[in-house]
Amino acid sequence: MAVRFDEVQVGTELPARSFPVTRATLVQYAGASGDFNPIHWNEKFAREVGLPDVIAHGMFTMAEAARVVTDWVGDPAAVVEYGVRFTKPVIVPNDGVGATIEVSGKVAALLDGNRVRVDLVATSDGQKVLGMSRAVVQLS
Amino acid sequence: MPLDPSFIGRTYPPTAPYEVGREKIREFAAAIGDANPAYTDAEAAKSLGHPDVIAPPTFPFMLSFQAAAQVVNDPELGLDYSRVVHGDQKFVYSRPARAGDRLSVTISIDAIKSLAGNDVLTVRGEVHDASGEHVVTSIMTLVARAAEAGEE
Repeated sequence: MAVRFDEVQVGTELPARSFPVTRATLVQYAGASGDFNPIHWNEKFAREVGLPDVIAHGMFTMAEAARVVTDWVGDPAAVVEYGVRFTKPVIVPNDGVGATIEVSGKVAALLDGNRVRVDLVATSDGQKVLGMSRAVVQLS
Repeated sequence: MPLDPSFIGRTYPPTAPYEVGREKIREFAAAIGDANPAYTDAEAAKSLGHPDVIAPPTFPFMLSFQAAAQVVNDPELGLDYSRVVHGDQKFVYSRPARAGDRLSVTISIDAIKSLAGNDVLTVRGEVHDASGEHVVTSIMTLVARAAEAGEE
């Protein structure tokens, strides 16, 4: 099921995904990651520091975006480089619905050694939440 | 006050080893909603050629961020952490972290820049296993926003 280098070209699209985020998601991620910054669970605190509401952990968004790559390639070890810029926060209201992170990706470059560069686009509520989101992936 | 550029190139002592546990990986994978069996099923991980379950790609951030506390809390550097946001994050992997690893992080300050009154600090964490082999490099950019007028 591994993706073969000779099966892809520049422009090959990875299956896009949509990831729901609620306050409960953020509490669970805070516990698992050890990042208990109150901007991720306390809206009073978030507003006091100038945010519109509670925001998702940037590293949570980065983790979700990676799933588009790892689900495509199968073995997560195929990701040899992965970087993002945190451009806008994912705002997570306490309305029983929360937010959604939409992630798409495509092959942007073919590299030596059967590697490809995948460029990812992550948005929430119409805003681009990650910039320069790129992974280098080892294909077979 | 801008950060002292003489800190560029400073390297801190390696951290005490962090032991990567199977259940911690499971907890982390559940928190990001990722059902990839390589994170929870040792047999599935072995079928991909790994000796045990592996951790998701962003898992090592926990270690590198904890280690970066040496920089953040360095009184000589004087970073105001209440103004710090995470600007960029990058990982360069030799292999995934996996259950049973004992990982140590060596933190260095790669760059200090001043952009529009903000201090931009590039902190690199080199993560090695117990045998000294490189596992992953975690490069984070921390942006300390300038104090607003009248605020101190």
